[in-house]
Amino acid sequence: MAKCKYDWPEASDRRLIGKRINRIDGPAKSSGRAKYTYDIDLPGLLVAKIYRSPYAHAKITAIDTSEAEKLPGVKTVRVIQGVGKEIQWAGDEIVAVAAVSEDIADDAVRKIKVEFEQLPHFVLEQDLQQAGDHAKDAGGEKSGDPDKAFSDADVVISEGFYGIPTITHCCLEAHGNIAEWTGENLRTHSSTQNVSGLPGQIGQALREQGVNVPDNNIETICNYVGGGFGSKFSPDRWGIEVAKLAKAAGKPVKLMLDRNMEMEVAGARPSSYAQIKVAAKKDGTIVAWDSHSWGTGGPAGTTMPPLPYVLNIPNKVTRHTSISTHTGPARAWRAPNHPQAALLTMCALDDLAAKLNMDPVEFFSKNADLAGDRAEVYRQELRKAAELSDWQKNWHPRGDKTGGTIKRGLGVSLHTWGGRGHNSNCNVTIHPDGSVEVALGSQDLGTGTRTVIAIVAAETLGLPVEAIKVTIGDSKFPASGASGGSTTVGGVSASTRRGSVDALDQLLAVVAPSLGVPADQLVAVDGHIQAKGDASKKLTWKEACAKLQVKTIQTTGKNPGQCKLGDSGVGGVQIADVSVDTETGLVKINKMVAAQDCGLIIDLKTAESQCYGAMIMGITYALFEEKVMDRATGRMLNNNMEFYKLAGIGDIGELVVHMMTGPGYDERGTIGLGEPPVISPGAAISNAVANALGVRVPTLPITPDKVLAALEKGGAA
Amino acid sequence: MRRKKGKLRELHKEGFSRRDFLKGASMAVSTGLLATPKAGATAPEQEPGVLGPGAVPITLQINGKPHSLKVEPRVTLLDALRSRLDLTGAKKVCDRGVCGACTVIMDGRPVYACNLLAIEAEGHNLVTIEGLSTEDKLHPVMTAFINHDAQQCGFCTPGFVVACKAFLDKHPDPTREDVEHGLGGNLCRCGTYAGVREAVLEAAKTLKGGRANG
Repeated sequence: MAKCKYDWPEASDRRLIGKRINRIDGPAKSSGRAKYTYDIDLPGLLVAKIYRSPYAHAKITAIDTSEAEKLPGVKTVRVIQGVGKEIQWAGDEIVAVAAVSEDIADDAVRKIKVEFEQLPHFVLEQDLQQAGDHAKDAGGEKSGDPDKAFSDADVVISEGFYGIPTITHCCLEAHGNIAEWTGENLRTHSSTQNVSGLPGQIGQALREQGVNVPDNNIETICNYVGGGFGSKFSPDRWGIEVAKLAKAAGKPVKLMLDRNMEMEVAGARPSSYAQIKVAAKKDGTIVAWDSHSWGTGGPAGTTMPPLPYVLNIPNKVTRHTSISTHTGPARAWRAPNHPQAALLTMCALDDLAAKLNMDPVEFFSKNADLAGDRAEVYRQELRKAAELSDWQKNWHPRGDKTGGTIKRGLGVSLHTWGGRGHNSNCNVTIHPDGSVEVALGSQDLGTGTRTVIAIVAAETLGLPVEAIKVTIGDSKFPASGASGGSTTVGGVSASTRRGSVDALDQLLAVVAPSLGVPADQLVAVDGHIQAKGDASKKLTWKEACAKLQVKTIQTTGKNPGQCKLGDSGVGGVQIADVSVDTETGLVKINKMVAAQDCGLIIDLKTAESQCYGAMIMGITYALFEEKVMDRATGRMLNNNMEFYKLAGIGDIGELVVHMMTGPGYDERGTIGLGEPPVISPGAAISNAVANALGVRVPTLPITPDKVLAALEKGGAA
Repeated sequence: MRRKKGKLRELHKEGFSRRDFLKGASMAVSTGLLATPKAGATAPEQEPGVLGPGAVPITLQINGKPHSLKVEPRVTLLDALRSRLDLTGAKKVCDRGVCGACTVIMDGRPVYACNLLAIEAEGHNLVTIEGLSTEDKLHPVMTAFINHDAQQCGFCTPGFVVACKAFLDKHPDPTREDVEHGLGGNLCRCGTYAGVREAVLEAAKTLKGGRANG
């Protein structure tokens, strides 16, 4: 195939791409100098707080804000939802207050009096029988002939109940915005995953609510964001409200959520439960699947996770029931619906493998053809993960038969994700003084976006990473997609590559006459522009750029565009090695292994960090996390970080990450990585616990009480 | 095994565990609006040792410099640092002494700034993340965090760096087990612990080298 002009450099020509390179905003972050939305102060800045519904389901019958308005220091009080409105979840916004300090705003909220007519609420969905009218059939699929496949005399059938509760995003920087009007122009500082997209959303909402401001008059800034994980794509109602408060007060206003509300209304990954039946031939070939799943994502219910997951089982029937609850609305959480699908599928299949008395790694390898195009990737990753976890040595059939009260087990899970690069535009500028800038309306969630952009531009221009100034986090720069669904690295690396190649072409054309070499015979290497194969004809980068005299080169790089720079679709395998104390029910992670592909890796160091981080987040939701709702009050009981547990540094065990690279992977171009490695930990850990105990703990999180309850039904102890 | 246990107990005693942080928290609450004798002297019209509810003048010794300000007694040290002094490296996350994102060093010990009142910090020597580096020179713990990519979104990072610094001051030669125990009072959502674990061990080596060389 003829080489396309923007193609990624060949492996032998890559100086930077694929190496372990430190993130370029590391010094700003580790020194505390990085300014997040939460940290920004402006002259005259007011602080806003919100009166929120204490009830999960209620009608507002009266609102009295007069006492709050009289409080010295209070500048504006605005009713967000007035008398007659029916509230659908606890914590919903009712009145907003802006005051000169946070304490006064809090005092003012306490003086607001709202009366409600309480209505019946429903917040617990695990038991489908209790759901009544809140349950709605959400369809399903049927293919092949599952009835016949299950009734075949030659098959082994396994049936079980599995589930994963609602969890919350718990971003360490709570959701929030600052709004500042200058005449007819609005500037927001927003903790967001969507810098380029926010002005349009804010403008539309404001116009719908009678504030006439065109999108072009709105600028959104976000240089650093303290976690998003899928929960920060929209300005939210509080983001619109802060703009209205600022307009009414004639001063900038800041509104960040308090921790309890961050937990209750600003994050929710939908729950998923299922009754599942699976069948395989005695040789381990999976032949049939039957599932009835249900779950909630708040008022809107849920859609069915992709079941069965990864493996396209030939005879299958699925059915899903969507349950609406009076809880805060669902938000995308890293790999929406995939961790749920993995837990349900991989646990059901692991139980089937146990019933067949088969080693699950062998069982999944044997059935990998059901994964279609990626069968060979899964086989390679299964081999790699098994090798790195010493599977041959450490795995045993269900139930650790050694003596003592501590039982050890290993479990495996497979996952998949798309991750094609999003639409992205960037400006690449080369100045006569040799400085280079890449500017785009993207954001760095901590995934290393800035660093990836710098590496691609530096690689293309033959410069060190430090020579590239990356400017992101402002919607005034060329539009780039929201950071969600593992789309950012593919988008920004491709737009930066195309813009940088074009910019270099222009520079080479300017420099060619003075070197007496045609432009197409010049290359940029090691900080020089030189003739291909003749290092005697060269200029330093600075000398070359000086030839621009007063001209500046500026190009716009785009994605999608010419030449294939990225792809979609990855695999991934994880193995967990755990020890379970059968007296206390405590699960300890000994080791976790990830074998992960994502096409061409730009920065190996930050790519590995994505995997480490995802495994740790996965350990957290496997062992600790649950948004616990109270039947009586309809409120979240653990809306703080004391009782909503996150894993600590001592909870993670040994972590091993192996990135699949080289031939077969690199030529696919860039593919996103944010989602895939967070999908499997729940299933791998649940399978490891089942392997240790000889009995399944059916739902996450695998807390000590559930371990002990499962052991009462049988197993190792 | 016995030796290790002894070591853990010792770590506990020195105040690096979450439990000890919480103990500190309850002390802060129980002392409530009781001022230090020095601060009490500034409110002669009230009962001795009782301040507020209005703003009172205090002087905080931060990163080697005195800062004079007026705060209501209910204002936490964290809010005073962030909202009044523009020292925003310490973050407000859990706001109740759980996550460690607001860690600062007081008289050589790491404390949660959200769990102390600003008036209680008067008369103590405070070091914040801003005091650990200059424009041109990062603290070795920061360099180690960068080298081991012990940061993603970065919101927990300043608190972690301060906690690591305080930990290494008392435990210059820690084992991995010591690190996991000693830094159990800081939480991260992105999952940077694997990098943090390596970074602390590297920083320990660098700092020891620095000490040995002078």
